[in-house]
Amino acid sequence: MKKKNLLDSKVILEASRQALIMLNPFKLVRNPVMFVVEIGSVITTAITLYSLIHPDGEFLFTATISVWLWLTIGFANFAEALAEIQGRAQAESLRATRADTQARLVVPEGIRTVPGNTLKKGDQFLVEAGEILPTDGEILEGVASIDESAITGESAPVIREAGGDRSGVTGGTRILAGSLRVGVTNNPGETFLDRMISLVEGATRQKTPNEIALTILLVGLTIIFLVVVASIPAFSSYEGVLSSPTVLIALLVCLIPTTIAGLLPAIGIAGIDRAFRANVIAKSGKAVEVAGDIDILLLDKTGTITFGNRQAVQLLPAKGVSDEEMAFSSWLSSLSDDTPEGKSIVGLAASQLSSPVAPQGLRPIPFTPETRMSGVDGPEGEIRKGAEDAVRAYTGSAFPAGISEIIAEIAGSGGTPLVVARNKTIMGVIHLKDVIKPGLKERFERLRKMGVSTVMVTGDNPLTARAIAQEAGLDDFFAQAKPEDKMQLIKKEQEKGRLVAMTGDGTNDAPSLAQADVALAMNSGTQAAKEAGNMVDLDSDPTKIIEVVEIGKQLLMTRGALTTFSIANDVAKYFAILPAMFVVSYPQLGVLNVMKLATPVSAVTSAIIFNALIIPALIPLALKGIRYRPVGASALLRRNLLIYGLGGIAVPFVGIKLIDMILVLLHFT
Amino acid sequence: MIANDWIQILVSLGLIVLIAPLVGRYLAWIYQSPHLSLEKGIYRLLGLDADREMGWKEYAAVLVVSNGVFFVAGYLVLWAQGILPLNPRHLPPLSPEVAFNTAASFVTNTNWQAYAGEAQLSNLTQMLAITFLMFVGANTGLASLVAIIRGFVREGSATIGNFWADFFRFFLRAFLPACVLMALVHVEQGSPQTLSSSVTAKTIEGAPQTLIVGPVASLESLKHLGTNGGGFYNANGAHPYENPTPLTNTLEFLEMGVFTFSLPFFFGRMIGRPRQGQVFFAVIFALYVAGLGLIEYSEKMPNPLLASASVMQKTTPLQDGGNMEGKETRFGTTQTSLFSNTTIAATTGAVDGAMDSMNPLAVLVYLVHMFLNEEPGGKGVGFAGLLKEAILAIFLAGLMVGRTPEFLGKKIESREIKLAALSLLVTPILVLWLSGLSLVLPAGKSSIDNPGPHGFMEVLYAFASGNANNGSAMAGLNVSTPYYAISIGLEMLLGRFLPLLPLLALAGSLARKKTLPENAGTFRTDTPLFILLLLGFMVLFAALTFFPPLILGPILEHLSMLHQIAF
Repeated sequence: MKKKNLLDSKVILEASRQALIMLNPFKLVRNPVMFVVEIGSVITTAITLYSLIHPDGEFLFTATISVWLWLTIGFANFAEALAEIQGRAQAESLRATRADTQARLVVPEGIRTVPGNTLKKGDQFLVEAGEILPTDGEILEGVASIDESAITGESAPVIREAGGDRSGVTGGTRILAGSLRVGVTNNPGETFLDRMISLVEGATRQKTPNEIALTILLVGLTIIFLVVVASIPAFSSYEGVLSSPTVLIALLVCLIPTTIAGLLPAIGIAGIDRAFRANVIAKSGKAVEVAGDIDILLLDKTGTITFGNRQAVQLLPAKGVSDEEMAFSSWLSSLSDDTPEGKSIVGLAASQLSSPVAPQGLRPIPFTPETRMSGVDGPEGEIRKGAEDAVRAYTGSAFPAGISEIIAEIAGSGGTPLVVARNKTIMGVIHLKDVIKPGLKERFERLRKMGVSTVMVTGDNPLTARAIAQEAGLDDFFAQAKPEDKMQLIKKEQEKGRLVAMTGDGTNDAPSLAQADVALAMNSGTQAAKEAGNMVDLDSDPTKIIEVVEIGKQLLMTRGALTTFSIANDVAKYFAILPAMFVVSYPQLGVLNVMKLATPVSAVTSAIIFNALIIPALIPLALKGIRYRPVGASALLRRNLLIYGLGGIAVPFVGIKLIDMILVLLHFT
Repeated sequence: MIANDWIQILVSLGLIVLIAPLVGRYLAWIYQSPHLSLEKGIYRLLGLDADREMGWKEYAAVLVVSNGVFFVAGYLVLWAQGILPLNPRHLPPLSPEVAFNTAASFVTNTNWQAYAGEAQLSNLTQMLAITFLMFVGANTGLASLVAIIRGFVREGSATIGNFWADFFRFFLRAFLPACVLMALVHVEQGSPQTLSSSVTAKTIEGAPQTLIVGPVASLESLKHLGTNGGGFYNANGAHPYENPTPLTNTLEFLEMGVFTFSLPFFFGRMIGRPRQGQVFFAVIFALYVAGLGLIEYSEKMPNPLLASASVMQKTTPLQDGGNMEGKETRFGTTQTSLFSNTTIAATTGAVDGAMDSMNPLAVLVYLVHMFLNEEPGGKGVGFAGLLKEAILAIFLAGLMVGRTPEFLGKKIESREIKLAALSLLVTPILVLWLSGLSLVLPAGKSSIDNPGPHGFMEVLYAFASGNANNGSAMAGLNVSTPYYAISIGLEMLLGRFLPLLPLLALAGSLARKKTLPENAGTFRTDTPLFILLLLGFMVLFAALTFFPPLILGPILEHLSMLHQIAF
């Protein structure tokens, strides 16, 4: 998806227009801190108008303060509008792919062509090569190769078929080959795409729990600063100093946490947006936020940690059997085996033989659950391969010396041994191995540093499971797991107070997905799985959950960092405004004017201008999120405290001084 | 400063650092062991079921109602003094507003005194109203802390303990024995302990002099051990019968610190993480020592106005120097700095010198101590306040590690933030608005004796002291007027219970939560980084809230003093 330029003049214009609409106090009251600023702006504006009618020499000052107060609210609204527009632009590009398609609806009397957006849940429609799917659905019949690049950006086509865990199809994708009968799973306006679009547009956006807690704290701080500022007129009147309402309002606005309050909605929207850019549709902002809190990540072995199928890596002949004999037997045994494992055996064996030729009259012996072996019958006799116990049952005698050791060694290393026999004589053992996806070890290490432990769930025996877990760098594994065990595991961890994340695609994953705190369903998965999860990955990449965790953490960090920055800023603003308020009556207090601001008027004005400008200055940071490094909590905190805490104290001293210098140049003193 | 000053400071602070952990461990034993048979007997006698667990609402209700009953009882004794026995001098009852103020003051562990003890109270009143309420105030404070700590210890629990068990355990196993022991020491050092109310002595010139005596030593030990602070005599710790020797000055300093500084260690033991307790102690002690440093610097500073009059103000082995105005020459500047920093920081409020005569920077320290009120703060409630600040600091900083913030395995969510913020609001509202009001209303202004920033400080100090349940007064302000008696009386009650109730609710909420296991992504709270973070948060927050009055009060007076302007 193409990223829209942040500084596109059309975008800025639209965001500004919305920022103006959001000045409506009934809308602004959702953001209590900015609402207080608006009340202050109304009062100073009234004072300005009054001094226009009754000139008192204060007009220019109050007018300037009023303008900057309104700009403060405007900038905050602009930040929120910009975040929403960014999200909408991406949704828009998705929506474009769903241009009015026609659907062939299955009705009792046959087939009727209807507009795609009139399909309702439960309807069935037909679709074939070259057509675009009109809506989300589940394949009831047929198999097809589908180009999902419109959704995922991935150009390789995917196979979807009825039954099983890969039966879901998404509206807007194109059938390349095959034809399907599809059951509609969502009513118009409720498809994942629709939900996603409404989410990024903020239509159904709700404050997340953490956002609510932070808002409460910000309201608490605002009340405290209201109390503080309200007490100043009494104090200063006792000391014989009259306080100007304009200056008091300016002080109040500088003290209350306007920076974070102005950027808070934008940070939240941008978080969901970042997830979306990673092709993950979060059903709620809460889901993204919770992802940052995850303690345990459950990962399926097959498809997530390893590539879906095992590969032959070694052919080990029995004593007295030559390498060539073993390779040839292995080659023969798998010639009619179409499974990926079988193909890998053929490939490996062929590489050890010089152009082998298959004898005439081979009769394939397919795998059956009873024999649990496969192979061929032909001029070379009976060639079979299978698991250790199946082959032993077939030969009816003990393995020759050395074979059991080889088998144990392969199993111990996490591999799968397949025994090859010719005419009931053991030829050797094929070493099949799970191939771990590249780069996973580093990602798990990153997770460990974030405090997330990884647990592999597999149906393999404990020995195999341990070896793979070790090789992939996982913290723990759960072997010989049945689907229902996953559910128990999640519940057990949750009872200990841990938050659990998992990925899944099958219908039998659905209960666990519903139970997990963060559940990333694969878009290729069944409808049940997608309904049960709270996020859907359009790329159907199980390891994407790791990115989601990082996005969640980044979201919380950005909030915390900007809050800290916002509060730390207050110190400098005090040093700008308080001396300005009292220095005329008490020249001794001049030493507190550490920034050496020119005059009381320029000091107050500089502080309020800084307070307003810092909001747009931080918009890029709020939208992008602060940088996340997996270095552990303490190091992260030390770093962020240094940047946003100490930096938050220092930056405004410089900023206010610079603005004051400009004001002096402009003779605004 | 000379070597002698350093020795006094190091010995005093060293003793606190040595004793506090041991007392903390002992207090933890008190609350982690079964009832003693003596306690069982008392519960049976009073008809209390000390094993019945209470939810936070019931705990808070029992706490408030029982304190209310004690308050009324205390008020009645003060009001009926005229007709009660043990009043040979026929002292009249206190005026209703001063009686209200006094009952409120002592039940809240404040010990603000709008009366002069030796002139207005009979021995029976000193024992029945004053001493009794002193025990109540300190015990209630500690009980509430124990309940709040249970919020962290418990998991999935609807209850936070039994108020009466918490109340009596500390009283019987620690407070009362310590008071009796130290009362004997004070008698040995020269404090009177008698039921007669006066003795007549002959002065050197042969003239008769009536000396007021009474149960002074017992009140004295209780006054400091319970961080109460209300003196038998109006001159408080500067009176030779209350504080006869330099040794008693140091003992009283230790009495003030021994329980209050032990509470972080107590907390660490109770939650099973002694290191966390040490970290909190470090925070408290750092603020305490910083305050002491500034006071000592300020009080050793020669007054520029006197310096220009060629007054010798240097400290030598033969004479103490610096700002000697209002100080007992028996104690000198360093002992007064130690004593005053402790009495304010631990909210005792007893004094051994005139606070009104301290230099402005020292007053700045006193004010900041009372605004924070947590280093170590009053019995129990001070440390509870520190936990509240910790929760807020952790919430803010904790977000920066990318997780929903946790403290001791408890997730900090909107309910906790709401309650902590509610508790935090009380101090700014009471202190800033009541002192602001008093600086504007004629009834408030007419009591102010000094003009300019000094008079401003006196009013600010009075309300800071009332809200913090500190009880020390700067003087220079006539607080026996109905206006001040009632406003400060109300403030003491509100300043005590309004912040405490949300914290009990917070404990209730935490006790219900699961305790989460820690992992590498959890932000640790038992590290030096956390000490700095909490210190930074507390100082920044207090500064932001109280910067305007601090500028108009002590800072303005200090800068004026440097410019040789007096008020």
